[in-house]
Amino acid sequence: MIAGLLLLALLGVWEAYAQFGAVAPILLPAPSAILTALYDDRALLWSNFTVTATEIGVGMLIALVLGPACAVAIHLSRALRRALYPLLVGSQTIPIVLIAPLLVAWWGFGVGPKVAIVALVCFFPIVVPTLDALHRVDPDLRKLMRTFGASRWQTFRMVEAPAALPGLLTGAKLSVAVAAIGAVLAELAASDAGLGNLMIKAIPSFETARAFAAVLILSVFSVALFGLLALAERRLLPWAHQPRGTAP
Amino acid sequence: MLTRTAAPEEAPAEVAAELGSVSLRDVHKRFPARRRGAAPVAALDGVSLYAAPGEIVAVVGPSGRGKTTLLELICGLLKPDRGTLATAPAALMAQRDLLLPWRSAVDNAALALRVAGVDRAAAREQAGALLRDFRLEGFERARPYELSGGMRQRVAFARTLLSGRTVLCLDEPFAALDALTRQDMQDWLAGALAVAPRTVVLVTHDVEEAIVLADRIVVLSPRPGRVVGTLDVNVARPRRRTDARLVALRERALRELLG
Repeated sequence: MIAGLLLLALLGVWEAYAQFGAVAPILLPAPSAILTALYDDRALLWSNFTVTATEIGVGMLIALVLGPACAVAIHLSRALRRALYPLLVGSQTIPIVLIAPLLVAWWGFGVGPKVAIVALVCFFPIVVPTLDALHRVDPDLRKLMRTFGASRWQTFRMVEAPAALPGLLTGAKLSVAVAAIGAVLAELAASDAGLGNLMIKAIPSFETARAFAAVLILSVFSVALFGLLALAERRLLPWAHQPRGTAP
Repeated sequence: MLTRTAAPEEAPAEVAAELGSVSLRDVHKRFPARRRGAAPVAALDGVSLYAAPGEIVAVVGPSGRGKTTLLELICGLLKPDRGTLATAPAALMAQRDLLLPWRSAVDNAALALRVAGVDRAAAREQAGALLRDFRLEGFERARPYELSGGMRQRVAFARTLLSGRTVLCLDEPFAALDALTRQDMQDWLAGALAVAPRTVVLVTHDVEEAIVLADRIVVLSPRPGRVVGTLDVNVARPRRRTDARLVALRERALRELLG
């Protein structure tokens, strides 16, 4: 409610400034101009949106498979923890802007390099909270399972994996934000389609409103994706949002 | 670890398992120091304890590491440094209910059955029947956060019973509850054990709890834990808290405890 009012007020100020201020529309288009561009260029925007949405979707899916797998491997094996953790942190220091053109050189202009970059940037924010949740499983719960004669696998399946799900969901929500940035950065490096490609082409051809429309679509998509994950979290893990049982 | 799958050289444990008794003789256990250079912490210093099949033995003592260590030894979670230990398979119930928040009450109660490989439907049926005996009818599908503290402890107790172990180790099971609920739960536990007798080692710092529930009370000294006294509670059940004999025993136990 308050967020909506704030947004409306901001848009009003923006509109007034763009309409009556001394600023060229190619530098700052008015919100109304962006809406017009959104409508006029809908076919163009849609076809590019599907490309970027695919990159984000597939990239995140890959990260959502490899990330938890990596977290579990690190959690279960001390040796792997020592081997993988530095690599994991190291992977986050690779400048995406640098690696994006390289990936294009290796794999061509298609969707592949973009998916790889989205997966790369989503990987870390997924692994860390998942791993954290696995580590924070109550040691007394592991003891309890041992008194029941549970195998390592049973303890993992019945206790640790469900306990890690909230961490995984948190990671997925975090990765939504970086996924969009990753996809656009990858497209800026080299691409023939996608919203990022559209933005970089719109600005030199003075279609600033179109670039803003592309940004708007990407934002709405990310917010929707985030909302979807938040909804899934509430529906699937209602217990994670309740006060914990009495502490000792 | 002394369980049903004990190795041949642990044959005496097998015998104990058959009988459902708990027997510790001169058991020592110490833990490495937390800080470097400090002396190791002696949790148990020559503790001997025997619980006959079906007997309820309460271990009373001030807070410290000894009592919980004792139970973890009996449950096979720890190994003694010295001394012998022969017990039937034991299940541990802690002060915190340790219910899995994503499982319903019935699925929490059925946890040990599921670990043992019982299929979901059969495990639920068995657990559901026990929960109904425990006055939890209608709450089978409730998640732990929807239950009160006393209800959660009853679910935890159902889970402990369904592990099929002949020995129950209860580690201050009601300490986290408020005083009234605690009394209620103590009476309830006495009733539940009267219906389904088990060998019980009950650790508590609540002398009254020990006297209401136990056949025998073992008083443990503060760290390092040693047995400093034993009290038999030869009072028939059901027991009333206000019974003069129980009140007198409580005085004696407190005197021993305060030394």
